Amino acid sequence: MTSQSGNDAFVVFDHVQKSYDGQVLVVKDLNLSIGKGEFLTMLGPSGSGKTTCLMMLAGFETATHGEILLDGQNINDVPPHRRGIGMVFQNYALFPHMTVGENLSFPLEVRGMSKSERQERIARALDMVQMGQFASRRPAQLSGGQQQRIALARALVFDPKLVLMDEPLGALDKQLREHMQFEIKALHDRLGITVVYVTHDQGEALTMSDRIAVFNDGRIQQLAAPPVLYEQPENSFVAGFIGENNALRGVIEKLDGDKALVRLGNGELIDATAVNIRESGQATTVSIRPERVEFKPELMPADAHTVEAQVRDVIYMGDILRARLHVAGQEDFVMKYRNTLGQVKLSPNETIRIGWHPEDARALDPV
Amino acid sequence: MAHSLDPQGAAVTASEIAPEGPLRTADGQPLARALARSQARARRQAFLLVLPLLLFVLITFVVPIGQMLQRSVKNDGFSANMPQISAWFAENPPGTEPDAAAWQALALDLQAAAEARSIGVVGTRINYDMPGTRSLFTSAGRQVRRGIEPPYREKLLEMDEDWADPQLWSVMRQASTPYTANFYLAAMDMTRDEAGNIVRVEEQQRVYLMLFMRTLWLSLLITFTTFVLGFPVAHLLATLPMRKSNLLMILVLLPFWTSLLVRTTAWMVLLQQQGVINDVFVWLGIINDSQRLQMIYNQTGTIIAMTHILLPFMILPLYSVMRTINPSYVRAARSLGATSWTAFRRIYFPQTLPGLGAGALLVFILAVGYYITPALVGGSSGQLISNLIAMHMTRTLNWSMAAALAAMLLGGVLILYWLYDRLVGIDNLKLG
Repeated sequence: MTSQSGNDAFVVFDHVQKSYDGQVLVVKDLNLSIGKGEFLTMLGPSGSGKTTCLMMLAGFETATHGEILLDGQNINDVPPHRRGIGMVFQNYALFPHMTVGENLSFPLEVRGMSKSERQERIARALDMVQMGQFASRRPAQLSGGQQQRIALARALVFDPKLVLMDEPLGALDKQLREHMQFEIKALHDRLGITVVYVTHDQGEALTMSDRIAVFNDGRIQQLAAPPVLYEQPENSFVAGFIGENNALRGVIEKLDGDKALVRLGNGELIDATAVNIRESGQATTVSIRPERVEFKPELMPADAHTVEAQVRDVIYMGDILRARLHVAGQEDFVMKYRNTLGQVKLSPNETIRIGWHPEDARALDPV
Repeated sequence: MAHSLDPQGAAVTASEIAPEGPLRTADGQPLARALARSQARARRQAFLLVLPLLLFVLITFVVPIGQMLQRSVKNDGFSANMPQISAWFAENPPGTEPDAAAWQALALDLQAAAEARSIGVVGTRINYDMPGTRSLFTSAGRQVRRGIEPPYREKLLEMDEDWADPQLWSVMRQASTPYTANFYLAAMDMTRDEAGNIVRVEEQQRVYLMLFMRTLWLSLLITFTTFVLGFPVAHLLATLPMRKSNLLMILVLLPFWTSLLVRTTAWMVLLQQQGVINDVFVWLGIINDSQRLQMIYNQTGTIIAMTHILLPFMILPLYSVMRTINPSYVRAARSLGATSWTAFRRIYFPQTLPGLGAGALLVFILAVGYYITPALVGGSSGQLISNLIAMHMTRTLNWSMAAALAAMLLGGVLILYWLYDRLVGIDNLKLG
């Protein structure tokens, strides 16, 4: 797995394994280092082990094997309250019997801060999330978005170097979620703190993160920056999990360096870039993003192989058009094209030829 | 505590039905009238639905309890059976020496009461306020039944010179009206002297206040022990995985489903001097055979048995509240830098208060009125006020006294309930 240069790694998972019942490993050999000031997202479906990793980092779960380092110190045996990590919970976990001010005061009180310093820090933290006039409200009197801001302020008020967020925007509606994504990202840039963010929403991960660790089945499937993850997935799981994806099953016909020729089920040949393919004759799944599929010959590379496709239907989506195609014996092949002036109108049952740049078609492990 | 089986709750429902006038006399729009009419119908239906319960509660609860409480201030045993002397007391102010008319009225009343065979009731009534005087009336009754001639004063004094006792006359004057506060005075260990002033009774007769204090103290102690024992159990119930917590819940409820008598007698088997616990202690050599502990038929027995019996009433409300407390609150507190003790004290415990309040109130109110267990395992030092009420009901047959004690107990509980409301707030109560 990729890791940033070892020296300035702020959080390190070193061969961490976790089992709850002694029979199944929930986290299998996790190696991950997170740089100082980085915004790292753990992305994955539920049950992939991402939340367990976060809980181990927060100290609520113990690693069955391996070491977790924070700022160079092994924190395996450090109790949660001595780790100095701020955490935002999925349901915010604002203390219902305290006002907003008391909620923010709590981490400062247990640290033995003087009253005047507490007041000052609470005011600063509330201003930071634009909730200055809400200090005397109870959490129940706030809307979901406001509670979210308070939870964020509370996790930041004691100046932690590391902040963990466990699906913090899961309970908000779409518009508010997008707005809060933007605000959290802006806060991160402004304060320079390290953030480990857990989500199952890939859109959220793509817009906010410096790097994303895609979890599945207790392992990190790929750790990369969002554009790399989207454009150059390393395996079929990542290709399918991040964004919309077309998967064509076939067999490697010819392999020349990273250039591969793939024979599809109906005998047609296509060009692809070999990613985790070792030899010809191997089964493969070719992954192509819908927006990289072309159907006008002038937009395809001159020597590209093209494939015959039959249009099933076209959905008008405003900015783009989305065509569902039948390709090489497979249904549900999706092509997206821009809704420009004078765009070609495709109609159902029309037969077209589609093609793509070989770099955009990635021959991955078979599904 | 206003659940649907509560008589007050039913009464509130009934009174809410009455004021439907303003709705009907609104600005006369057909819509508004139709709305009022349809609502009135719904209300009538609701009222009819609760009517059986309302009647049941009225007939079996409110009326008998009301009558019983009335007895605490009303006893016409003397005034109804001795009309002439009662009339004399009414005409002459307190302090008047009994004159010839008074003696005549007394003698004729005694004769009439003796003939009507109600002299015993009269004697009993006077005996409540002046112990030892019942026989004075019954023996006089036997002698005057065949007729009594003037001079009445001399004739009566001949029978017994106690008839001239000023205190007796003072007590008869008080009994000459059916309504009296004397039973409440007696319930507070007070009485009236000859001149009618309220004084405390002699020291060796003071029993009720001590019993009230003991009842209060033991109830508080039992409430506290159920809290100490029940809190961890409730927490365990709320946090264990479903399968294990269901098993534990059955263990909590099993005693609940067992007869009260069986549980109490089980404690007798365990705690008595030749019982299981003493046997084990002797066998282990902690105490020797001659030092067997007295753990039952005293206060210890009452406390142990009642704590056990009332424990579920503490655990269940606590459990129902704890189950709703999201574990992420404590996690959040820990991540914010609180030790587990601070997180418990400042975050978890305050959130269990509604359940704790409900449990404590339930246990306390049940303990204050508990009867069977103290009667069986309490000996003499573990008796509570309810045992004394029962004694007055069944053995001394002084129902007025029993009613006065019960009314004071009820009043005391209501005052504590009011205090609880002022301090904690009834809204913060969660029964499940």
